[in-house]
This record gives sequence, structure tokens and C-alpha cells, in this order.
Amino acid sequence: MSDLLNIAGKTYQSRLLVGTGKYQDFKQTRAAIDASGAEIITVAIRRTNIGQTVGEPSLLEFLPPEQFTYLPNTAGCYSADDAVRTLRLARELLDGHQLVKLEVLGDPNTLYPNMIETIAAAKVLVKDGFDVMVYCSDDPIIAKQLEEIGCCAVMPLASLIGSGMGILNPWNLQIIIANANIPVLVDAGVGTASDAAIAMELGCQGVLMNTAIAAARDPILMASAMKKAVEAGREAYLAGRMPKKLYAATPSSPTTGLIQS
Amino acid sequence: MQLTINGKPAHFDASTFSVENLVTHLNLIGKRIAIECNGEIVPRSQFSVRQLVEGDQLEIVGAVGGG
Repeated sequence: MSDLLNIAGKTYQSRLLVGTGKYQDFKQTRAAIDASGAEIITVAIRRTNIGQTVGEPSLLEFLPPEQFTYLPNTAGCYSADDAVRTLRLARELLDGHQLVKLEVLGDPNTLYPNMIETIAAAKVLVKDGFDVMVYCSDDPIIAKQLEEIGCCAVMPLASLIGSGMGILNPWNLQIIIANANIPVLVDAGVGTASDAAIAMELGCQGVLMNTAIAAARDPILMASAMKKAVEAGREAYLAGRMPKKLYAATPSSPTTGLIQS
Repeated sequence: MQLTINGKPAHFDASTFSVENLVTHLNLIGKRIAIECNGEIVPRSQFSVRQLVEGDQLEIVGAVGGG
């Protein structure tokens, strides 16, 4: 059965998108990403370390851009202007690459997104030809507005970045998914495999995570667990779960032919 | 001339040179980088012709691990 994720006109086998931060080293980063099966990986754009040792390994050597779809992010940006500037640099850096992850934060302690700045940046980026996957609050109205602006995917938080608190408001996510004509992916807050499965069971098109894998005791094993969870959740969503009821009165085993004492 | 590179002052004896000369000087040849001069991106194709002058503010960025 072919059930592909479609983002901005390109299809992907994997519905798990992963970050590349917080790992011990690039070798572990690569091993975890291989175990996750992810095809889309996020990267941050930062000032180059001037005067660094010649031949010092770079992330790109371990994760060749020919093998993965890079999703440059705007992590650390607190204004629309900074986010736009960062992604224009990313586009130059990645030879005209247009698929980006927009996130504009509002508070350095909670890392809660600033949706007013995010919307402002999204408008500029879409007009400038970027394919914008946008990190957002789980507000259904905001999510719809981001779609109307022309973003190619909305990515509401499950809970705060790096918190591992899981899906705190499945009801809002359901409303966002029901109203959306573009892919909805959960981004941020996933803590363990069941969180990812629940996101997929709700009907999300994918899940993006970093810390849940990188901060696990065994990141490579957790990456494998997340791959299975996303696949399991997706299949359960497509299969259509049985309705919940308080009790059944009709057991799975036959009610006749019982031995009698 | 004095330039500002990634927020830090940098002094050079020459009065002007190209972005490409700077990239060579900083051992960044072959590295995947993007450069902004005074807030405007300098496309890679312009590195050899774009001359830097006193006071130019440069940002040199690369891709790093992130979520």
C-alpha cells in the first residue's frame, strides 16, 4: 500500500521528521537518524566559527544534503525580520532550497511561539517563494490563517519545545486537523513513542521531534521506537479505531457451547 | 581596513579585497557557508567580484545541528 506524505509537491515514505541537535557527536546524530528512517531533517543556521581548525568535521559531511531533505529552521529568532533573514541565508547556503521551517519564539524560558511575528514572517516568506512549514501554537484559528497565507504545512506544538510533556490538548489538534487542507504535523513536546503514536492516531500527517530522541538514554533505540510508533499510529488512523463504549455486553468469544457444571 | 565579522572586529593591512580573498584567508574554502554583507546576501557567484571596504559588517553562517 502506498501511503506517502506529501509536502509542497514532494512525497516522502517517512512521516517522522527529526532534528539534528543535542546529540553527543555527529556519529551518534547520523546513527539515530538512520534508525529513525527520517528523510526530512531540521538544521539550524548559525555564525560559522571563524578560525576553526581546518578539516574539522561538519554536520553536512555526516548528513549529506543529497541523501536527506534539509529543513533549515529559524530556532532562536524572536522577530519576523530575524526569521526571514535567517531563512534567506539558509536558501543561499543550500543552493536555492525553498522548504523551510519557520518558528518565531516569544519567550526564552518557555520557548512559546510568538504567533503575531510568525504570521508576519510567513507572509513575507510565502511571497518570496519559500515553502513554509510553520511551527505554531495549537490555536485552530491561527492554524487556519497560516494555511490561508499559503504555508505548505502547519506544525502545532503538542506541548512546549523540549518539555517531553506529550500531547496536552488533543481536542485542539483534532479541530486543526479537521479544518486543514494542508498537512498538519505535531512539532515539539513529544516525549516518548506513545505520544508520537497518539499524534498520528489523531490524524496528523507526521511528527517532528528532536529532544525525545536525542535526550533518551539510548537515542538510537528511541529513534527506532519512534519510527515504529509513527508507523503504528498512522496505520491505526487509516484502519479506523473501534468506537469507545463504557462496556460491551458482546464478548469476543462465543456465548454458546460453554461447558456446564 | 577594519571589518566586523560575525560581530567581532577584524583588522586587515590591505585597504580592500574580495569576499573570495576573505574566504580563503579564513580557511573557509570548500565549506558550505552563506555570507551577508551589511544585511544583504552576497551570492556565492559574486564572491570573486564583490570588494569589501572599510567598515563592512559581515555575517558568515553555516548549518549546525538543531531541532
